[in-house]
Amino acid sequence: MLKIENLHVSYGGIKALRGISLDVPDGKIVTLIGANGAGKSTMLRTITGLVKAESGSIQWNGKELLGMSIDRIISEGIAMSPEGRRVFADLTVVENLKIGAYLRKDKAEIEKDLNWVYDLFPRLKERSWQLAGTLSGGEQQMLAVGRALMSRPKLMMLDEPSLGLAPLVVQDIFSIIREINKQGVTVLLIEQNANMALKTADLAYVLETGNITLSGTGAELLANDKVKEAYLGKHKN
Amino acid sequence: MAAKILPYLLGGISVGGQYALIAIGYTMVYGILRLINFAHGDIFTVAGFIMVYAAATMPLYVTIPLVIILTILLGVLVEKVAYKPLRTAPRMSVMISAIGMSYLLQNSMWYLTGGLAKQYPTLPWISDKITVAGYTTSRVTIITPILTIVLVVALVALIQKTKIGMAMRAASRDFETAQLMGIKINNVISFTFVVGSGLAAIGSMLYFSNYATVTPTVGAMPGLKAFVAAVFGGIGSIPGAVIGGFIIGICESFIKGTGATTFSDAFTFALLIVILAVKPTGLFGENLTEKV
Repeated sequence: MLKIENLHVSYGGIKALRGISLDVPDGKIVTLIGANGAGKSTMLRTITGLVKAESGSIQWNGKELLGMSIDRIISEGIAMSPEGRRVFADLTVVENLKIGAYLRKDKAEIEKDLNWVYDLFPRLKERSWQLAGTLSGGEQQMLAVGRALMSRPKLMMLDEPSLGLAPLVVQDIFSIIREINKQGVTVLLIEQNANMALKTADLAYVLETGNITLSGTGAELLANDKVKEAYLGKHKN
Repeated sequence: MAAKILPYLLGGISVGGQYALIAIGYTMVYGILRLINFAHGDIFTVAGFIMVYAAATMPLYVTIPLVIILTILLGVLVEKVAYKPLRTAPRMSVMISAIGMSYLLQNSMWYLTGGLAKQYPTLPWISDKITVAGYTTSRVTIITPILTIVLVVALVALIQKTKIGMAMRAASRDFETAQLMGIKINNVISFTFVVGSGLAAIGSMLYFSNYATVTPTVGAMPGLKAFVAAVFGGIGSIPGAVIGGFIIGICESFIKGTGATTFSDAFTFALLIVILAVKPTGLFGENLTEKV
């Protein structure tokens, strides 16, 4: 399980996270919701080591991740599907997936996982020889998720997977997230689409300007008046 | 007519291959760091001096690999000292560091060699005279283009088919996401300098075997022309750099053939201006618009 304690991060001179503590228990879907600039992405980027923390701790199954190199953190079983998908546009779909397994050496197992990802996303199989840059936004999101899965992570972090996608595609992505979780992968999900995220999540945290202001089960936050007002606008009574 | 053209064509292809080998180093480093490595031409010259000094005491089967290895080490060292500390700095700072590195290498060469032209050793076999269709030239003229093509094909295969090649292509587009895949960016960058410097070392042996001596600034002109070749072909593109190298080599050779020898350098740089004005991305340059 991932245990974050009193995490402080500054980013370009601005305090982005001001003492965050949260838990991501094994096998759960945990979501972090919040407005633009609340610090959600910064948190994921700090977990992966892309951003350095000022103080605090990030424990992963008892190991301290802060100060570890990025490739070490990834090889500990943490993968991220970044905001904006960030697929490698001039690599083919299958190369994008294979590069997700960059740190792995078990060729036969990689091949198996490739088929697993193709089962999850049949569209990617159809397009495996296309350049990733020619895919639609939804397909690119699937590729970003599939690429992260190729490292066979224990913890999968998704940064705004629904951003800019058509509602039907968003439904697809969320059902895949549930499916991945059922297969034993812990999920940490960042979303602006609070409605979908809270419906999907076992545990949820609300992040506001670098502080966690609310937490509870997905259902609890879905029913919370403050959350309704701030993040689920149309559900306001 | 054909007999008249042939020497210039062969000469042009040969010089073009040498430019191409240097140009690949410029274009690969640009592809991954978005940096014009101004020190690259000086690394090429240093390779020439290493050969001069090594050949004085050692047999050729030792000196050739030694030149390649030492040049590679120098290229990687330049990256570690001058560019790596500036990884997150603005691009202009890295460029200034590259210019500084170029002058540092040049002046170190002046200091160490005493500024005297050093005689470049004769490389047996490749410097031997041969006759092609009634025209006498040295074997290097024929070997250069063949070796260049072989090396380029091997390099393209490396980039397209291997894991490190895939990592290079990924890193050249997106450092951060490449890191999220577990790719060690610094290793990929070092590898790029290994390839670039290694090819420059080979290019230097082919180039200098046509000349009697090496001086600290003698590499500046072929370095600059290789840079023009890389821009002409589309900086960042390896096939572009190779084709650019050959085109510039052949054009220069024919211009010299018409008697306008003094104009041949001017032609190359005029070509740079024209290409920057007409098609700044070069023949095969990447499209700069990126889908977000």
